[in-house]
Formats: sequence, structure tokens, C-alpha cells
Amino acid sequence: MKTPEKDPHTEVETTGHSWDGIEELNTPLPRWWLWTFYATIIWGLIYIAAYPALPFFGSTSNGFLGWSARSSLEADLQQHKDRHASLNNTLVDAELSNLQTGQELRQYALARGAAVFTANCSQCHGAGAGGTVGYPNLLDNDWLWGGSLESITYIINHGIRNTSDPDAQFSEMPAFGEFLEEDDITSLTQFVTQLAQAKTKELNIDENTLFVENCSGCHGQNATGNESLGAPDLTDAIWLYGADSDSVEKTITDGRFGVMPAWGQRLSEADLRAVSIYVHALGGGE
Amino acid sequence: MINKFETSNALYKAQEPVFPRRVSGPFRRLKWAVMAVTLGIYYLAPWIPWDRGTQLSDQAILVDLANRRFYFFWIEIWPHEFYFVAGLLIMAGLGLFLFTSALGRVWCGYACPQTVWTDLFILVERWIEGDRNARLRLFYGKWTFRKWRLRITKWFVWILISFGTGGAWVFYFTDASNLARDLWSFDAHPVVYSSISILTLTTFVFGGFMREQICIYMCPWPRIQAAMMDTNTLSVAYRSWRGEPRGKMRQTGRGDCIDCLACVNVCPMGIDIRQGQQMECIACALCIDACDDVMAKIGHDRGLVDYLVLADEEVESAGGQPVSVWKYIFRPRTFLYALIWSSIGIGMIYALFIRNDIDMTIRPVRNPTYLMQSDGAIRNIYEARLRNKLGEARVFQLEITGGKGFLLQLQSSNQAKTITVPADSTYLQRFYITVPKDHPAAKIPLTQLRLWVEDIENGNRSSSKTAFNGAPE
Repeated sequence: MKTPEKDPHTEVETTGHSWDGIEELNTPLPRWWLWTFYATIIWGLIYIAAYPALPFFGSTSNGFLGWSARSSLEADLQQHKDRHASLNNTLVDAELSNLQTGQELRQYALARGAAVFTANCSQCHGAGAGGTVGYPNLLDNDWLWGGSLESITYIINHGIRNTSDPDAQFSEMPAFGEFLEEDDITSLTQFVTQLAQAKTKELNIDENTLFVENCSGCHGQNATGNESLGAPDLTDAIWLYGADSDSVEKTITDGRFGVMPAWGQRLSEADLRAVSIYVHALGGGE
Repeated sequence: MINKFETSNALYKAQEPVFPRRVSGPFRRLKWAVMAVTLGIYYLAPWIPWDRGTQLSDQAILVDLANRRFYFFWIEIWPHEFYFVAGLLIMAGLGLFLFTSALGRVWCGYACPQTVWTDLFILVERWIEGDRNARLRLFYGKWTFRKWRLRITKWFVWILISFGTGGAWVFYFTDASNLARDLWSFDAHPVVYSSISILTLTTFVFGGFMREQICIYMCPWPRIQAAMMDTNTLSVAYRSWRGEPRGKMRQTGRGDCIDCLACVNVCPMGIDIRQGQQMECIACALCIDACDDVMAKIGHDRGLVDYLVLADEEVESAGGQPVSVWKYIFRPRTFLYALIWSSIGIGMIYALFIRNDIDMTIRPVRNPTYLMQSDGAIRNIYEARLRNKLGEARVFQLEITGGKGFLLQLQSSNQAKTITVPADSTYLQRFYITVPKDHPAAKIPLTQLRLWVEDIENGNRSSSKTAFNGAPE
């Protein structure tokens, strides 16, 4: 073996590597460095034994501390629940009409309601509650079945036109295509489209016999709708299925039958009340 | 047989014990002063009171991580103002550049916590075990009862200091007086105890045993500093042209160095400064004091070991006059660093003084961008984030400028017109802006608006720009 060369100045061995005449010295590491290295290995072994580490088929070693990410999450969730226990109880027990007072309770209900809304309602009504064709916009001040907190809670609890909850509000827009002539439908469509453009003052609703005979029963003498039947106001600017003549004609010919599930069967009372308060506070609540 | 660790081709090297001798002189006195000031600041700063009203902390310096507030006397920093902290870090960095180019490794030698605490630990060591020679005897002597007694006493005092160090640290992060009480009744958070334990352990080990090893092997700063130093940077050095050839006092024809090893014996890094520039040297200047002392005794001029720059070597060894160190401290490079450093500082002070105690950011809710009311009016939804930076609850009002006919309504359970923001907190308020259907803004995609928030009691205002989206035909 070749004798390693020594740097004449420091008398330390060189590694034999040289760049532009600069040689690398083989300076020994401090010994504590070695011990630190051993200490990290021992620490690693303890860590492997203490926490889930070694992969098996389908699971891992458990670790003697018994820690798991899942139980840690459950503990966190439980801690969160415990912290909000009293607010939660108030939310469930209080009279609905009293829920709007109390800043802390309201903030809690709004935050909780927002989470419930995102998980359960946003699929149809949109993440921003802006709705889409056939699914009402919850931000505006137009309510088919009433916009008070009580009405909103009832609707969310029992749903609309579903078969699973006997208390669900129910009504049906008939398919007039089955008993009206095509000419009459065209004429009605034209009339309703004009209503949609809010020209009520120029139109004489009483004199339109087609409308009086077929529509006024639900939509009212003045075509302003009826909340107890979920019959929309035909004179306002908001049209669930579109205000153009094609959409209106389709509505008159085939009828409409929008269904909303009964959420009382799925949500806890606290969630139900929270999401009601949230929806009521979106901007249109009465 | 030779122990393989002691040969030069061993892979690992045992730590060579260092026994710095006591020294006195101007630099030593300066170091004592710096130690007193830095340790004083460290231990006492969390206990300085500062009145901020009933609802906020009355601690002058507090990094309140739990509530995300940083207090420094009259300054309160919120998380969104973290650029102040970034600015301070930049200033700290530039400050180190400035000091390095002006004074070399002055930070290492005087102010670094590792240096200060090691100095304190060596002081304790000397009180208990005696000066260099006594410590050497004790170290190489047998483990007698006396050795055990001295060692245990020393370690105990070190542990006490270490515990005080770790203990002081936690007071910067939570209310000091409450924490001190909880600490003794064992009611404090486990994080507090683990922080104290870890810092106690590191202080004990780093100050008592690792010492120079930290500077040589662990700390990146000396390596970074080396890149900022040049031949005009001050460093502690030996005037070899004056001292060599060294020889015993009575020897004739010798230089000024009488090879008394005073400079070597006082060195906390265990090096011989006469061998020239070495990476271990922290420029603590204790060898200057030691050598000056000897030079005075034997009737030579002081400064055989002194603050020097490498460029002086040629001039002085050719017989030229020594150049004043001030010439190297005040040069264009240090002025430039000082200029940058102070302009950042002035900029931050300016930014601090123009801060408003109300702050509002407006976020238009873009889902949906607009909505239509039953009468055809167009409504936009917004969220205002209001920050009340005062120690008392305040009542605010929102107002629009930039157009007429915009109706502003707050989301509220009782048609409130004002917003009450609790003391020292952020409040999210949802609100609506509505225009009638025949309003010009209802038909064009974008109308710029400016929203004002006003404290209705004292009239302080702050504004934020936003936009209104109409429904194009």
C-alpha cells in the first residue's frame, strides 16, 4: 500500500485529491461527532419501537406508545366537541325565534351551518348558494315557500315534494299540454312572458280568461304567487326555470316537479338549525 | 503501543481539553461589560412592564405565539405585518456584514451567546476549581473525594445557570408573571417544561463541555464570515516581524517574543496565535491583553499581539509605521453597509409611524359574481375583514364613495348599521351592495368603488378599493 502523503505545514495526511494545486487534507472528525452519530441510531431504533413504523401486509407495527394518527384525530375532534358543548346545547334547546340573538351563538351557528351547507346542500344549490336552473338561488329575496327562519327550518327538515317524509310540503304544477290546445299554450306562453317582463300595469290579468281559468288558482289573481302552495310569483324578475318563451312554454306544457330531500332524517337537530340560520343569513332571509 | 486515536491517520480525534488562564486588561474588561449587558438584557427583558390597557398584555417584550401578536414596547405587530420581522432579520444580517467588514469576527469574540455563556462557565470553573494550573492538576489527577466535590459543585452551578437560561427563554413567549407562578406549581403547559429542559441541557453541554467545538465544527457563521473578510479586515494577529526570532528573556539577538506562552495559556480556543491566521480564532482579544501585560513587565512596547490587518504586514515588516486601525474601520465598504442598514431601519420606522389603528380588506364574494333580487335590482356580496388594533372595543361604520345610488347593508340579525369589533381583534363582516335595476352600474360588468370604514367615536378612517359587478344585457 502506498504511504499517504503528509501536508508539510500541518502534518496532516492528504487524501490525494488535488485541484489547481490545492490539496484536500484528511483532517479527522471530532470523536463526539461519531458518538452523536451512534446516538441518532439509538434514537432511531427507539422511535421505530415507540411509533407505528414497520410496514406489514395491510397494517404496520403498533409502537409501544400506542399512538395512531386516527386516534389522535378522534381525540382532537372530541376536544373540539367538548369545547363547543354548551353552545351546541343552547343551539338545540333554545326557541327558534331566540336563536338570532347572542353574538357568540350566532357566530357558532353560522360557522357550523356553512360547513353543513358545503357538505350537504352545495351539490344542488351551489357552493355560493347561488343556485342554478331548477335549483333556487338562496341569496335573493324571493322564496317559493316562505323566507322566514321558521319556514326555512321546516323546508330543510321535511323537504319539498318528496315521498319519504309525510310532512313534506307538496304541490304540483300540472302538465297543461295534456288538456289545453296548442294555440292556447302559445297564447298563455306569450302572456306569461310578458308578465315576466314585469309589464303588469299594461296587462289586464282579469280579462285573460285562459289565465284566470287555468293559472290564477295557484298563482293568484294578480299572478303574484302563493307561498303556501309553492306557486312562484310570475310578475317578478326571478325565474327558476328561465323567463324566455321556450322555457315558459315547456313549463306550461310539461309542468315542473322540483324535489328536495327531507334533511331532518339525515342531519342532527343542531346541524339542521345551524344550516337554517346560515341560509336565512345569506341575504334574503325575512 | 500507540493508541490509534492519537495518531494523525485516525478517523476521529478526541477533544483536546483547554484550560484558559485568567487574564486582565482593557479587552477583558470590555468582555465583562458586554457579558453583563447581554446577559442582563436576556434575563430581565421579559420582566419590563408596559401598560397597554386592561385587555392586553402588560409585558414590554412578548412574542405571543398563541394569540399571534408580537409586542415590543409601544409597537404591536400582527401576523399580516410580518414584513417588519423580515425587515429586522434583514437588518440583523446586514448588521453582521457591517461589523464583519469593519471589525472582523467581533461578533464571535464578544457578543455570540456561545462565547458569552462559555465565558460565564469558565468564570464559574475558575471560582470553584482555581486557575489554569490548579485545573490542569485536578484534571490529570486521581478521582479523589476533593475532585468529586469540586466537579459536582461546578456541575451543579452550571446546571443552575443552564436552568436559568432555559427558564428565561420561555418568558418571552407567554405572560411572564403568570407563567412563573404556574411553573412552580407545575401547572404550566408541557411545551414549557420540555423547552426549559432542552435549553437547560444544551446550555449545560455547549457551555460546559463542547465550548470551542461548537465554533470550530458546528457553527456556519465563521465559514460565511470568511467570505466577507479580505486583507483589510481587522483580525487579532501576531507581529512576527517584531517578535521573531523568539527566545528566552536572557537570550541575545532575540525578537520581542520571549516565548512565555501567555497568549497560548489564555486562549479559550486552545490555539497559538503566533502561528498566524487560524480558523479557530474567534478574535476575543484575550491574547492581546495577556501579551501587553508581559510586554509592560519586560519593558517593551505593547502590541506584539494586536488588532491588525494582513495588509499591514508588508508595510510594517519593511520598517514602516503601524497604520491606525480606525483607517480600516472607516472605509467605503463599511459606510456602504451602514448606509443600507440605516436606510432599511429608517424605512421601517417610517412604516411603523404611518400605520393606521384600523385596517380593512374587502373581498368580493365571487360565487356568484352578482345576483338579482325579485324587483330586478342587482346585488353583490362582500366580506370585509376589519382589524381593530386598539385595546378597547370600537364601533365602526361603512360608507361608499365613487358613485351614487349604491345601497350598503350589513349582514346582521337586527338591521344593524354599525359593526362592533372587539379589542385587539379581527372581525369578518359580510355585507351587500345593491343597485336598482335602472342604475347604470346594474348593466355594466364592472364599476370601481371605494369603501371607507370609520370609527364613529373619533372619526378615524381607512379605505379600501373594490368593484361592483353588474348584469350585462
